[in-house]
Amino acid sequence: MTAVPLPYRVVSNRPETTDTRTLTLRPVGEALPAFAPGQFAMLYAFGVGEIPVSVAGLQDGALTHTLRGVGAVSRALCAVRPGTQVGVRGPFGTGWDLPAATGRDLLVVAGGIGLAPLRPLVQAALSTPRNHGRLNILIGARTPEDLLYRSEPDAWGRPYCGMTVDRAGPEWTGHVGVVTTLLDQAAFTPHETTAFVCGPEVMIRATGRELLHRGVPAQHIRVSLERNMHCATGHCGHCQLGPLLLCRDGPVVGYDRAEPLLAVREL
Amino acid sequence: MPSATAPPDADSTACVLDLEGIEALVRELRARGRTVIGPTARDGAIVLAELESADELPYGWGVELEAGYYRMKRRTDAMAFAHSAGPQSWKNFLHPERARQWTADRAPDGGMTVRAERPEPTSFAFLGVRPCDLRAIQIQDRVMIGGRHRDDAYEERRTGAFLIVVECVEPGATCFCVSMGTGPAAQPGYDLALTEVLDDSGHRFLARAGTEEGAEILESLPHRPADDITRTRAREDVEAAAGRMGRTMPDVDLRALLAGTLDAERWNDVAARCLTCGNCTMACPTCFCTTTEDVTDLTGDHAERWRRWESCYDMDFTHLPGGSVRSTGRSRYRQWLTHKLGTWWDQFDSSGCVGCGRCIVWCPVAIDITEEAHALHQESLEPQAETKGEAS
Ligand SMILES: Cc1cc2nc3c(=O)[nH]c(=O)nc-3n(C[C@H](O)[C@H](O)[C@H](O)COP(=O)(O)OP(=O)(O)OC[C@H]3O[C@@H](n4cnc5c(N)ncnc54)[C@H](O)[C@@H]3O)c2cc1C
Ligand code: SF4
Ligand code: SF4
Repeated sequence: MTAVPLPYRVVSNRPETTDTRTLTLRPVGEALPAFAPGQFAMLYAFGVGEIPVSVAGLQDGALTHTLRGVGAVSRALCAVRPGTQVGVRGPFGTGWDLPAATGRDLLVVAGGIGLAPLRPLVQAALSTPRNHGRLNILIGARTPEDLLYRSEPDAWGRPYCGMTVDRAGPEWTGHVGVVTTLLDQAAFTPHETTAFVCGPEVMIRATGRELLHRGVPAQHIRVSLERNMHCATGHCGHCQLGPLLLCRDGPVVGYDRAEPLLAVREL
Repeated sequence: MPSATAPPDADSTACVLDLEGIEALVRELRARGRTVIGPTARDGAIVLAELESADELPYGWGVELEAGYYRMKRRTDAMAFAHSAGPQSWKNFLHPERARQWTADRAPDGGMTVRAERPEPTSFAFLGVRPCDLRAIQIQDRVMIGGRHRDDAYEERRTGAFLIVVECVEPGATCFCVSMGTGPAAQPGYDLALTEVLDDSGHRFLARAGTEEGAEILESLPHRPADDITRTRAREDVEAAAGRMGRTMPDVDLRALLAGTLDAERWNDVAARCLTCGNCTMACPTCFCTTTEDVTDLTGDHAERWRRWESCYDMDFTHLPGGSVRSTGRSRYRQWLTHKLGTWWDQFDSSGCVGCGRCIVWCPVAIDITEEAHALHQESLEPQAETKGEAS
């Protein structure tokens, strides 16, 4: 169903960090087709509006989303009570496409809430360890309080899962610095690596540049981009980035396509 | 819309309709339950509106067009279709300015029921579609129903529409369909094509059918076989129109030209004039962008989703929590023009411009898409300057 939202029941709504919440949703009646990691849904808060939100988890028929309340709709969604219903359309957009990275080392690089769309990718990679080489997960956040899914990364780290923050109090004993500073600890062979990158646009550009410099081929650097979206069906025109309609040709695109477009100011 | 069955050979259906035949055409379409939309003179412009009879066609009216200028003017003859694009286009009917998409109701237990807006069964007949505007309809088809996600309401209106193209014999000063390869002769996609002829032998129309339904309707009207004089006159008038285009585009690969202009100095020049009012996007027959509005009634338990046209010139168009992506007029005009002539190809495998000239006419400050394209072309020929305007 792509035009009209289907009702989904809010099974749980728990705080993730101070300004993010994780919702788990189940279909009331008819269910949407299966989502792939990297794809997104349009979530409708009754009477308030509808916004694009990536899938952050895909366990047994439920949809999991992690949201930051930044405006009218995202705040309304952060406030939904378990038992009530929201509208969901989808799945939309391109996914991370893990099968295309078969046999390659995997490098997951997340900035802030950018870890949300990468989480189902990590879960899929962990469940099929023989299909690919080494799995590296690099996570950056503003402060230790902004790190998502705090209990999970311990179970993720084979061979490497690192976390870094921009600013930290004395209680933080981990890394401080931008996420690319973790690259030296990761174990990967650049030209045999596929990278999956999501975060603020400046972080995506800095990471892309560094990975290219280290020899990861541009088309094997997969980045997830964000633009304004209203329909998600390629009809509203808002998500254009030059030749791309990001709801259709993205949000996940190869860095070979993204780099020249992101380099143009106000494209 | 043309049916899947093989269309008749248009030329074999050629015949001549007199004014009486045109009257009968409107009557017949209405008798078949169709809403006939065509040009009519109203409030100082030739607008598209429902016609109850062919009497309402703008017989004897022409238009005077220039950048930022539109006037109706009396002709010395009684031609009905000797005027070019007016303020509206067929998208006003196929892709309306504002439409409800669905409604939702909330129960006391928090449950939600969503109902899709059932597209009203419509059966339009468009009389007087210019060849450039036929192409514009086909371009919107690619956007709205040509991809993975089809817009049901558009499809309903579009597949039910009967298209009567009238070839152009009187291009406006702002027309450039020849540069865009869309006119002035009719190209496939019509149900009926007409060419208006007025000479010593009288006022008449050379008619051809492009679909079975077109042929059937033509057959039912008072008509006579196509004579050589009418055929020749029709062909010559359309050929002459091709030689009288008011505007041209630079004779280069426009897609490639625009792809190379992202840091052009010219964008600063046009940005200094453009008001970012969005008139050009509202008037353009291919511009399709929309936004959504979510509203509730007083109880708060009944909600509606509406869709309305929106312009890429609006500041909010690229709103993100951190601010708009295209915050300058320069970047918004650049978006519009590079999309129309360039990236539309990447997205929908066609040009986004058909050369109708509406954006030129309805721009309050007379910005001319062809002049801007020529200027960008000129700039592309200049040797690279050391310091470009605004690095992008
Ligand atoms: C593909 C994709 C995936 C995303 N995934 C997530 C996620 O997993 N978690 C998360 O917290 N956020 C995600 N976002 C961002 C989220 O969609 C925006 O934060 C949200 O739209 C803000 O809307 P608002 O009404 O709360 O805020 P406001 O700033 O008040 O937004 C105003 C209106 O702008 C419109 N709008 C449409 N698209 C956007 C957009 N991308 N950003 C801002 N406004 C937009 C909406 O109609 C919105 O109501 C994603 C965005 C995209 C494009
Ligand atoms: S861009 Fe201008 S000339 Fe081209 S189709 Fe649109 S309104 Fe007509
Ligand atoms: S080009 Fe003209 S019509 Fe278009 S936004 Fe600018 S001022 Fe308005």
